[in-house]
Amino acid sequence: MTQVINVVVAGLGGQGVVKASDVLADAAFRCGLDVKKSEIHGMSQRGGSVASDVRFGPHVHSPMIPTGQADFLVVVAPDQVDVNRHVLKAGGLLVSPASLEKVPGKLQAKSINVALLGVLSRSLEIPLEIWEDAIRGCFPEKHHRLNLEAFEQGRQAVAG
Amino acid sequence: MVAKLADRMLLSGDEAVALAAFNAGVLLGTGYPGTPSTEILEAFAALGGKAQWAPNEKVALEVGIGVAFAGGRSLVTMKHVGVNVAADALFTAAYTGVTGGLVLVSADDPGMASSQNEQDNRHYARAAGLLMLEPADSQQAYDFAAAAFALSEQFRQPVLLRMTTRTCHSKSIVTQTALPGPAQAPSFERNIPARVMIPAYARPAHHALRDKLARAAAYAENCAQTIVEPRSKALGIIASGVAAMHAREVAPEASLLQLGFSYPLPMQAIRDFVASVERCVVIEEGDRILVTELRAEGLAVEGKPERFRFGELNADRVRRILEHDDSPEAKIPGGKPPALCEGCSHRPVFEALNRLDCIVSGDIGCYSLGVLPPFTAMDTLVCMGASIGVGLGMRHVLPPEQAKRVVSVIGDSTFVHSGLTGLAEMVYNPPPTGHVVLIVDNGTTAMTGQQEHPGTGRTLLHDATGRLLFEDIARAMGIADVITVDPMASDVVLDDVLRQALDSGRLVVIVARRPCILAAPKIRQYERAAAEKRIGIAVRVDG
Ligand SMILES: Cc1ncc(C[n+]2csc(CCOP(=O)(O)OP(=O)(O)O)c2C)c(N)n1
Ligand code: SF4
Repeated sequence: MTQVINVVVAGLGGQGVVKASDVLADAAFRCGLDVKKSEIHGMSQRGGSVASDVRFGPHVHSPMIPTGQADFLVVVAPDQVDVNRHVLKAGGLLVSPASLEKVPGKLQAKSINVALLGVLSRSLEIPLEIWEDAIRGCFPEKHHRLNLEAFEQGRQAVAG
Repeated sequence: MVAKLADRMLLSGDEAVALAAFNAGVLLGTGYPGTPSTEILEAFAALGGKAQWAPNEKVALEVGIGVAFAGGRSLVTMKHVGVNVAADALFTAAYTGVTGGLVLVSADDPGMASSQNEQDNRHYARAAGLLMLEPADSQQAYDFAAAAFALSEQFRQPVLLRMTTRTCHSKSIVTQTALPGPAQAPSFERNIPARVMIPAYARPAHHALRDKLARAAAYAENCAQTIVEPRSKALGIIASGVAAMHAREVAPEASLLQLGFSYPLPMQAIRDFVASVERCVVIEEGDRILVTELRAEGLAVEGKPERFRFGELNADRVRRILEHDDSPEAKIPGGKPPALCEGCSHRPVFEALNRLDCIVSGDIGCYSLGVLPPFTAMDTLVCMGASIGVGLGMRHVLPPEQAKRVVSVIGDSTFVHSGLTGLAEMVYNPPPTGHVVLIVDNGTTAMTGQQEHPGTGRTLLHDATGRLLFEDIARAMGIADVITVDPMASDVVLDDVLRQALDSGRLVVIVARRPCILAAPKIRQYERAAAEKRIGIAVRVDG
């Protein structure tokens, strides 16, 4: 990885946007990369829009992704896709609940955030064990299984 | 505790400050919640540091000054507007100086992610005459916070650590270093001329302050926070805070001077830097402070167009400044605004205020969202506590038929923060039509993430402690009509209580009490834990 990878995770307060960006940042961190992660959270727990910028690579300066420079946009709420699309660069990848159509089995609504990371993981050079360690590191033990499963379901949703 | 932490960590700026304070042997962390500063004391407490919420920022700073007078290190945290509340203590603490290190974190909010204004607290360093450090990321937050304690003891001055929403909330990598502990253990040393600011002692203290600042300016020239990266001669950038990171990203070829020690300024280092490049641009978020001061020194530096005074900077905006691009910026699509949670106890209150067509003098907290549809039931919001004074002012001069509709609405944490003096005013200068103060007591400081306050009777770590009872306070202040209601009881009850209060023409305090629905499960848990502890103590006493 020679370049900085830019990922925006977006959605509504209460959907685990910040949590998903924590897992991603932690996974990149565990790869030994430089990482910066940034979001504005003030009133987000009252259901407003939230977007979190995660950047990683050999060296990251600004914690914010310049407009139109996101390589990936992960959106947890379908109705938040349009308001966030401008962050993607030309040819950037959108990951949204629509990406989960081919999920095997039933997906729990509250772990859509992590399932979307499973989809995203197919496009990133982060080893699977590191993702799993990051998930274990970011959730309390009683939620490990649920989230590891959701992550795997997200991976399966992408024809690999 | 610290030994358990890895060397390389991914931390927010707030967490990094907490870790530095803990490693520096801070004896007491105190502050009042306020985005984006709140997590500092919570993280400090989680590390095992002694931390407590004060009723407001002024008291927090005063407690911190006491710790520092006693020779201990103290950390005082607040958001930018909190410094306004603490300013009276701050300006004279600059004269008294301190013995133990005192670091005041001012967490500014350019762009107003969660604030009522975007004041630039770099002005406070200048106005009060205090050293200021400005980190650009979490590593610097750790390093600069650590340096701030040492500097505070070296110069015997409180030091301002200015953070912003981005530096507080962004996470980046921190490598922790062992820190030298405090210079001394707490012990009272009498020093009347230094600490009793009667004019006779304050006059020489002001001279001493200016001498300290001159020495600090000399120190800043070669300190670790004045960071020069010489690169191209064609372009030099002078920046502070996170703006330095944006600048580095946008102009990797440029020479960069990061003013991490941002007051007093290292003028010689700046002069040398400006002389070393053909073009020099000052990149600063907020007001045009640095550029104005550098120009006053006769330095040929470029600043930014007025439009970039508003909001945060980012890489795009820094590029525009460098390219002299002052064209209108593209509007970013607006997201979904926040709203009161379903089941929030503030909802029925604002529905009732709307039904009764009240003129609502509002205040700050989750309940500020009562201003938005479908409630549209808030007519003023200025600063914490202002609901009572502003409501009284309107009552004094509005025609009676309007005056009678004025209600001051204030949250529980806000009432303790700065509503008590408002009640004193109401009792002392009652308007002819009386007045109604409605305390919306949801048992927590919900807005900033459910912190405790003196009205909850629990400490920062949720252990039982003394509790202020609002009804008793109001009665003790001389208000006879004090009514408690459950806002969820029924619309009829709520309307009745309000209507009667408004019609009475008397001074009325209504406490609408019902826990925040998000906090309620935790509150029940804390209460259970406290009850078990009480029983435990009783058993021990009995046995
Ligand atoms: C001087 C100052 N300090 C802190 C804040 C941040 N802040 C705004 S409202 C508030 C308290 C809200 O608590 P409460 O009044 O209980 O209302 P709730 O959010 O629970 O509805 C805080 C801490 C501020 N705006 N101004
Ligand atoms: S957090 Fe609590 S006080 Fe704030 S809107 Fe939600 S229920 Fe209401």
